[in-house]
Amino acid sequence: MRSRYSAWNLFAAAPGHGDWAPAWRDAEPKPRYDVVIIGGGGHGLATAYYLAKNHGIRNVAVVEKGWIGGGNTGRNTTIVRSNYLYPESARLYDFSVRLYEDLSRELNFNVMFSQRGVVTLAHSRHDLDNVSRWANAMRFNGIDADVLDAAQVRALAPRLNFGPDARFPILGGFIQHRAGPARHDAVAWSYARAASALGVDILQNCAVTGFVMQGERVAGVKTLRGGVAGEIRAEQVGAAVAGHSSVIAKMAGFTLPVTSYALQAMVSEPVKPVLDTVILSPAVGAYWSQSDKGELVIGGALDHFPSYAQRGSFATLQQVMAATTEMFPSFGRLRMLRQWAGIVDVVQDSSPIIGRTPVPGLCINCGWGTGGFKAIPVGGWTLAHVLATGRDHELAEPFQLARFHTGRLVDEAAAAGIAH
Amino acid sequence: MMRLTCPWCGPRPESEFHCGGTTGIQRPPLDCSDETWGRYLFGRENPIGLHAERWRHTYGCSQWFNALRDTQTHAVHAVWRMTEPMPEVIPEVPR
Repeated sequence: MRSRYSAWNLFAAAPGHGDWAPAWRDAEPKPRYDVVIIGGGGHGLATAYYLAKNHGIRNVAVVEKGWIGGGNTGRNTTIVRSNYLYPESARLYDFSVRLYEDLSRELNFNVMFSQRGVVTLAHSRHDLDNVSRWANAMRFNGIDADVLDAAQVRALAPRLNFGPDARFPILGGFIQHRAGPARHDAVAWSYARAASALGVDILQNCAVTGFVMQGERVAGVKTLRGGVAGEIRAEQVGAAVAGHSSVIAKMAGFTLPVTSYALQAMVSEPVKPVLDTVILSPAVGAYWSQSDKGELVIGGALDHFPSYAQRGSFATLQQVMAATTEMFPSFGRLRMLRQWAGIVDVVQDSSPIIGRTPVPGLCINCGWGTGGFKAIPVGGWTLAHVLATGRDHELAEPFQLARFHTGRLVDEAAAAGIAH
Repeated sequence: MMRLTCPWCGPRPESEFHCGGTTGIQRPPLDCSDETWGRYLFGRENPIGLHAERWRHTYGCSQWFNALRDTQTHAVHAVWRMTEPMPEVIPEVPR
């Protein structure tokens, strides 16, 4: 069976390509593992991969309630960027961008990371000041950023509304050239494939219903798989479940500084290339890119109230559409093809939580809010580190739960990209 | 679009309202530990299901009020004014 993706294997494959090995093994749960990871999204799968690759821990299971990559990993707008304000965030997210840059080669799977640049628009004198501050803060942190004037923005995205009657005149902006979209399914599948090849068991349709406790310590998870209740023992448990982090925390008996909201996105019918960069307007609360299929991918701000329903509020949808027709008048006649929502874990300071919990034996990776996709490699890397060594990764030190009582918040105003 | 019933103005569309998060959070004594104060400021039950929360009819009478809403179905089970106790007909409210 062929398993390595290469031009040679593509040409040498049997007629009908029947000799390709499945991308990952369909595993049966073992009674115990060294590490069990709850959540088979990008973060969970990356954690499993880096546990095996960086730390040599291969007796690992990823337990997923639905199918891998079917949660927020498959419900975002796939933008990878590191345009953050503070040094702690810059280090964390730029490490992630750098891992993304090498991911296709490392995992032998094309994740289609296209560094076509993310442009943040300025519509007023104050926006221009803010854009300069933002871009300069990034450059101080060693991350590429260039301030653009109106003519430069127009050259990058001529379809933007530069008309004399534009309600939000475009005065300039800034660009991070190394930012851009990747392919969401490929990210989940490539980590799953690489982790599985190193011995990790991926258990789909297997919900976690509670924890197996040994005294004060988490010693495993209770599961429900195909209607059958079970139990998987583990030395360490890691949770990477985004919007459902509070549910997992409640099972273990603690609360998190997290509120869950629906974040929606949508795509238009496919059209010929019209937009070859990512445009973001904080003022109208929306951003746009074009997928390789030709669909315009449109995202906006959070829905206005806490929700666990994976569908968007019409009020927010309407606002994002209004913003789209205002900023790109020529998109006004496009029909929308699909709209969806994911449940995101929003934290007061817009920064993640990666590390140990009040319950021994349980570590968590959550709080990425609206921006978890870009952080998949670093989220997995740092969660794997704390699970394997019992110590916080250097990059994750500022992002501990304790900051909510020590007061050392990382109030990352740039985290959301658009105002929430 | 979700419809909410303002206790002063009656049923109105969601876009007239602003959600203010969990209601009825009790402030601990000021000499409490940093952990307790941190939990008071930032810790939230964030329940899946019934959630007692406060809303403001921003683009209407601008009054705050309370609602008991299901975070999975978005069904609103009860609405009461800020000065009123939570209605007792509710089966159980997660705390």
